[in-house]
Amino acid sequence: MSVMRVLIVFWAVLVGACQGGEDLRTQSAPRSFAEEDPLLLSAWGMLHLTDSGVAPNAGAVAYGLETPLFSDYAQKLRTVWIPEGGSAHYSEGRLEFPLGTVLTKTFYYGEALDGAVLASAPVDAAVIDPAANRIIETRVLVRRSEGWEGLIYLWNEEETDAVLDRTGGRFDLTLVRDGEERQAFVYAAPNVTQCAGCHATDAGDRRIAPLGLSGRNLNRHFPYLEGDANQIDALSVAGWLTGAPAELEEAARLVGWSDATASLDDRARAYLDMNCAHCHNERGPADTSGLILEAEAPFGRATGLCKLPVAAGAGTGNLRFDIVPGQPAQSILIYRLHSEDPAVMMPEIGRAISHREGTALLSAWIAAMEGSCS
Amino acid sequence: MSAKVAAFKAAGFSVFVMGLWACGEGPGPRETGALRDLAGADAVYQDRLIEALIDAQPGDVITIPAGVFVIDQPLALTVDNVTIRGAGMDRTVLNFRGMTSGAQGLLVTADNFTIEDIGLEDAPGDLLKINEAENVIIRRVRAEWTNGPSSENGAYGLYPVQVRNLLVEDCVAIGASDAGVYVGQSQNVVVRRNRAERNVAGIEIENTVDADVYENEATDNTGGVLVFNMPQLSQRGERTRVYQNRVYANNRDNFGHAGTPVASVPAGTGVIINSNDAVEIFDNDISDHKTANIIVSSLFSAGYQDAARAENFDPYPEGVFIAGNRFSGGGEAPDLLELQALRVAMFGLDGRLPDILWDGYFNPAFQGPRLCVDNGEALVLNIDGQNGNAAPTTAMEAHRCALPRLAPVALRPPLAP
Repeated sequence: MSVMRVLIVFWAVLVGACQGGEDLRTQSAPRSFAEEDPLLLSAWGMLHLTDSGVAPNAGAVAYGLETPLFSDYAQKLRTVWIPEGGSAHYSEGRLEFPLGTVLTKTFYYGEALDGAVLASAPVDAAVIDPAANRIIETRVLVRRSEGWEGLIYLWNEEETDAVLDRTGGRFDLTLVRDGEERQAFVYAAPNVTQCAGCHATDAGDRRIAPLGLSGRNLNRHFPYLEGDANQIDALSVAGWLTGAPAELEEAARLVGWSDATASLDDRARAYLDMNCAHCHNERGPADTSGLILEAEAPFGRATGLCKLPVAAGAGTGNLRFDIVPGQPAQSILIYRLHSEDPAVMMPEIGRAISHREGTALLSAWIAAMEGSCS
Repeated sequence: MSAKVAAFKAAGFSVFVMGLWACGEGPGPRETGALRDLAGADAVYQDRLIEALIDAQPGDVITIPAGVFVIDQPLALTVDNVTIRGAGMDRTVLNFRGMTSGAQGLLVTADNFTIEDIGLEDAPGDLLKINEAENVIIRRVRAEWTNGPSSENGAYGLYPVQVRNLLVEDCVAIGASDAGVYVGQSQNVVVRRNRAERNVAGIEIENTVDADVYENEATDNTGGVLVFNMPQLSQRGERTRVYQNRVYANNRDNFGHAGTPVASVPAGTGVIINSNDAVEIFDNDISDHKTANIIVSSLFSAGYQDAARAENFDPYPEGVFIAGNRFSGGGEAPDLLELQALRVAMFGLDGRLPDILWDGYFNPAFQGPRLCVDNGEALVLNIDGQNGNAAPTTAMEAHRCALPRLAPVALRPPLAP
């Protein structure tokens, strides 16, 4: 830790003390900051720590995604809050949020007795029990007059609050799969500049924006404390969303990547959309590759079918095409998703570990394709 | 500036006058080709550099002092109008060998960016990538894998892509497993006075419009200078001038990864044009390439017969002009068995291939000049790929043609007055 970061932490403690020792145990209403970047996560009032755990504060609402981004098997508690009188607008499946909107995403893992962290499928929990979990970081996106801004808060040892650290952090963790297989890895909390690495989906204007919070990815049920409800409905009823379609069954909905009742094709395309298309879209930073992976892009050469790599370097794995139908092991796409080598792996940032279940899905998808590249 | 940063500055914590550390002499002389010794390198400074990149404001100059600095996480700059300046390409060194995440050492997504007088080393992926930007200068930057050429090295040394108005000058690029200097999908580009050695491709211009490549030195790569077009990209490249370069003895075995475009380049290639149009190669010194001093080819002979027929892609090089180059040596031991057999059959056991090799694929519907040569005694060997190599020929009549000359690239302000 640099001298600077020691100072930041020290100062944060001092500031905390000056504010009466408040942390996440002190209940305070959600609020937005138009310019200031508060030093403690608790200042935002988005989360509250009680005897049962860390949960959305009164006023903030938890949400879940049908298909999330894979982040080294971390679980994510997501919350949204819109200032009094404001509401988001639903437009063709996109959500436009008003000034002052605050989003948080808290990254955590189930924790083994020896401190190792557990690989598990994403869950829709609205409460994190600190006794059973290792809470690492909370990312905040706030809608300011200039646009969205991202901030990174790293949790303290006691798991009572998190401290702003614009430089991010790295954590040596050990992942345990299925109760036995262990893998050491470095969990990277990004620095604030790296937010743009995923959240600036248009490399031309480079503005950052939420990725998961779309109409199609929210169009699902969530186990609220008050009961199970469709998230679009819940936001509309709360007065936070206007313009949403009445018939949500027929509205845009992203398929769940692990939903066994959905088609392999839809699941694979949803997975690629949420894990790749923030860069691999027509205007994204990876448009340089010519590989476009948005769910709605028609499947063909541009989505990888028999497509030549352009500037993949070692990323080709000595293979010729991104997707070879019927042959996942001959497909660069699978090679790069499987890899944990920084020069090879995709996505470039946001993971250190390969997502076996996601890679297995895409392998099955490619294996089921007919045809060839010759 | 956020209130918090302001508070820091007021509190005097924000001493980002990095030059204060510039009291050191920087690294001592390093034996050429020797792995960078990181014992004693500064592993702490990177936190300050990352903070400086985060806090950068338009107009800032981030000055990095002399020294060898260990960087073990990816660096990124997203702020326009910033200059990163070291104390010299051998005195200020950022070594990325220990990176465990991130595909680039330094990733820049910002306009009006200048980087100069710095050495970048040993990233697992690319060393410097500049993605989708306008007005960029890369000057006196050394991009090197200090372990020497290896397939394990990162792909690109200097990697500006989708940059409009770009100057790359007086740089050095060594050891890239793809291209030392790679300019992709860019527009209005000058690449001059650089040195590229021991890469797969020394200097590569790909899907780029209006590039002048001059006064560079490329040697000991697999291929010296490449002018390529690849399918499925938003921009097709055309109009590149390659002139007054010294391109010699690029005979290194190809250590690129199969499946990459450069993996198709035969060892011993001086200048190669692949599927690109309106390219001039003139007034260069090109010598001692065992396959050919110049190759003109299509995507077909890059091993992509099927992909070459991609929709909306023209795989044929057209409007190529080769003139007034000084050729010597070369062609005596081509890298491909078929070419070796052809050499013996046409030119005898001790013969050599001509200076210019054309794969002979052409679009019958195209009416204009394909390959015009005005280069003294230099011959073109057309290996007649179009007809299954049925009738290779060195007949020059088809190449005695004229093309309108390309205008020089004029860099726009602020790169040029």
